Amino acid sequence: MKYALYTGCVAKGAGRELLAATYKACEKLEIELDEMTDAACCGAGVIGEDNPMVADLLNARTYSLAEERGLDIMNICTTCQGVHVKTRRKIDADEKYKARLNTELEKETGREYAGTVKIKHFYEILLHDYGLDRLKEKVVKPLTGLKVASFYGCYATRPPEVNELKNPDDPDELESIVTALGATPVKYDERLKCCGFPILMMNKRNSMQLSGNALSGAKKAGADIMVTPCPLCHLNLDAYQPEIESQIDQKLALPILHIPQLVALALGVSEKELRIQTHIVRPEGALAPA
Amino acid sequence: MSNGEVTFIIERFDPEKDTAPYPQEYKVILEPGQTLLNCLNNIKWTQDQTLAYRYSCGSAICGSCAMRINGKAVLACKTQVSDCVKDGVIRLAPIGNTKVVRDLVVDLEPFWNALKRVRPYLTPDSQDAPEKEREQTAEEFSKIDPSTTCIMCGACYSDCNVLEVDNQFLGPVALAKAHRFIFDSRDGGGHQRLTEISETNGIWDCTHCGECTTRCPTETKPLSRIEEIKVKAMAEGHHGNAGARHVLGFRETVGRRGLLDENYLPLRTVGFFNIPGLLSIMPVGLRMMWRGKNPPMIPHYVDKVGEVNNIFARFEEFRK
Repeated sequence: MKYALYTGCVAKGAGRELLAATYKACEKLEIELDEMTDAACCGAGVIGEDNPMVADLLNARTYSLAEERGLDIMNICTTCQGVHVKTRRKIDADEKYKARLNTELEKETGREYAGTVKIKHFYEILLHDYGLDRLKEKVVKPLTGLKVASFYGCYATRPPEVNELKNPDDPDELESIVTALGATPVKYDERLKCCGFPILMMNKRNSMQLSGNALSGAKKAGADIMVTPCPLCHLNLDAYQPEIESQIDQKLALPILHIPQLVALALGVSEKELRIQTHIVRPEGALAPA
Repeated sequence: MSNGEVTFIIERFDPEKDTAPYPQEYKVILEPGQTLLNCLNNIKWTQDQTLAYRYSCGSAICGSCAMRINGKAVLACKTQVSDCVKDGVIRLAPIGNTKVVRDLVVDLEPFWNALKRVRPYLTPDSQDAPEKEREQTAEEFSKIDPSTTCIMCGACYSDCNVLEVDNQFLGPVALAKAHRFIFDSRDGGGHQRLTEISETNGIWDCTHCGECTTRCPTETKPLSRIEEIKVKAMAEGHHGNAGARHVLGFRETVGRRGLLDENYLPLRTVGFFNIPGLLSIMPVGLRMMWRGKNPPMIPHYVDKVGEVNNIFARFEEFRK
């Protein structure tokens, strides 16, 4: 198995531990990766709020780069995944617009988006391409006894037509991965809510409150740790947890892992190799065997 | 559900005598093609006349019967029971982000107040009475076609994530209504409207979580309308707020390097001379640096960045 790895911006910036964990997990799973060092930011929905056509051109270019490699895209950020799938559906649904985009893409980059590439998040690849049974066979250090709260992130669940969840209003895809790794999934009311990251710089109070509600809900449900497929959620939930604790006046100390980190741990990768020491809320205590 | 029996667990509450909402169970024998509203009427007419809920047209036009089914807002008259039964059970509750008047009936006053704040009426350029009606072409109407389909049922308002934590946020229904006037060719107040909803509690406080569009039973799809307002606000130079500066930060760094510069973006959004703002983000910056989590000081460029630069060089042209 081989994929074109689309890193997105955060995995190259403030979330480099995610990239490290993705490589380690894929090495153990014998999934080959060809990192798309030439692909640009997906726009995170923000460039599209400024200039939809520029955002669409950036993404059409990314798809063409994967098509050139003859590989499907592996995303490791649900925001990138959501934007990619939404954009692709928009382009594919309108032949006239697709032709116009391709004319401009050809003019400015010499490329063409054909429409053959498939776009999948790491966790979707585990579920649908790799298979949970195969994943279970690779587990050498089952996470027995670890109570894991999955935080999906908006783009993984909404709008429902751009994701592959069987039941987007009550999904269990991440929980099924958690179970396959030997851990115990914990469900809580806020697992499908927004973390508030997109408005962090515009309305910090609201952003912190949204994350606070999720962390508090997971904690109340008995979680030892939270896992997320979105590094933007991770930033809010982990890096801002001290501010969140003081805003909601509650001690949380809930470590947040990226999904490839959780997978890699069960596959026997060391905590150090997964750079968990860079997390603001250190997960070592929660991960230590009881 | 083998015998066609469905258990409805309905959240009951009468603030005059109950201290907290409580669940009450009703059993209904399901017949093919029944909507939730059919079943609620059945319960009220044959089992419990005290059950309170709103409805009127029964045809997804009046917007009266929004309620939460299994935790998500829908129109009771537009929802087939068979689509939402889980293990023979359906849970009904009043819509969220509102105060309960009784059972499934809520106080919509804050909802209507939010709508009033966006002045939901045409404000023409000239107050002089025109000689004939103000005409609109089909193409002009197409821009407001989706936002005019709103039936103001409150499903989006109910499940809006931001409203859950801030009741001052205008919210999806009011912003979709603002869209309907901002993009109306007969309205003369567009600039002022954009200025107002670019401020705190407006478009830039939306997290684009997508809940409003997911719950919307019409073609209004509030998130798409909010995105269109943002595009217009950016194009027309409403840049004096953190939301717009955030967008400009994306445009500047992605346009130059292909990837986002996460060191530059917060400073650009907060404002380079906004000392209290900069001080407020300093703790997280230092914390991340201490752990070695801070973004690299020398930001990355993507390979073949010239292609990205070429796309951004025609930024204004691509707006058209």
